Amino acid sequence: MTAMAQLDVDGEAAPPRSNGELVFAEPWESRAFGLCMTLYEAGLFTWDEFRDELIAAISTWEDDAQPGDCYSYYRCWLTALERVVVAKEILTEDALEHRAEELAARPAGYDHGHEHGHDHDHDHDHDH
Amino acid sequence: MTSELTVNDHVPIQLRTEALEDLLVERGLIDRAVMDNFIKTYEQDVGPLNGAKVVAKAWTDPEYRERLLDNGTTAVAELGFKGPQGEHIVVVQNSADVHNVVVCTLCSCYPWPLLGLPPAWYKDPAYRSRVVKEPRQVLSEMGLDVPESKEIKVWDSSSEVRFFVLPERPAGTDGLSEEELVPLITRDAMVGVAVVGSP
Repeated sequence: MTAMAQLDVDGEAAPPRSNGELVFAEPWESRAFGLCMTLYEAGLFTWDEFRDELIAAISTWEDDAQPGDCYSYYRCWLTALERVVVAKEILTEDALEHRAEELAARPAGYDHGHEHGHDHDHDHDHDH
Repeated sequence: MTSELTVNDHVPIQLRTEALEDLLVERGLIDRAVMDNFIKTYEQDVGPLNGAKVVAKAWTDPEYRERLLDNGTTAVAELGFKGPQGEHIVVVQNSADVHNVVVCTLCSCYPWPLLGLPPAWYKDPAYRSRVVKEPRQVLSEMGLDVPESKEIKVWDSSSEVRFFVLPERPAGTDGLSEEELVPLITRDAMVGVAVVGSP
């Protein structure tokens, strides 16, 4: 079964949609989505393994949320993906943490100059 | 198998995403071109997925195609799709000679069990009135140039009858399976304001 057919259409694990189509509020959300789908299609984890983590992340958020906290489906999605990737020993928690710290330590205004020369922050700025 | 992991909760979420992506690319587990393609496919085609399944089946199963053109309502119900109000679904077939396009001139009746909710332009008064009078011009403005040799038929949906376009199967897809065809089929093609492109 393709990854497309696995996505929940309703219920708490279903991604936000508009006119039936997926919507991403910010570019990183579509990256988080694409990473997950690409790894799943490559067979690195099963859909249930990811979905269980997603439901757990959503329910953790609900338990911890303070009044006024803004819910972000894709924040839960990314957390779930990080957990699966670590649980399946695809990456270590240390590596993820270390790299994120490095990125956060870049000087302000740093223009994301990856050696890949891949301008991915700007390619996915869709209007919805 | 949930763990207690909370990676970098103090780091902005977009940087956590970037860190994950960078590491996966460096390990050769993610090809950015493949991933970009995934994202594009999902954004465009997940909404009208039910309709796309119907079209792909009709393209690959001639008997199903016949049943679909004969009685759209029962043929789509075979795949488990039906609306709670029991609207009739009538499938109109594009061919070398005819291009079909659907509108609802009164409101915005739409085969939603197959295509999800209608897009904004479908509900727009300009589309609803103009596509009937000057379909070739409206389609061209929407990016579809229908050859002069093709007749354009406009179908007016109502609360009783919802029209649905069966697009032409594009060239170069002979070797594709039903499942592989599904992502090619867009909502706009099933409303008739676009055609299905070759992969």
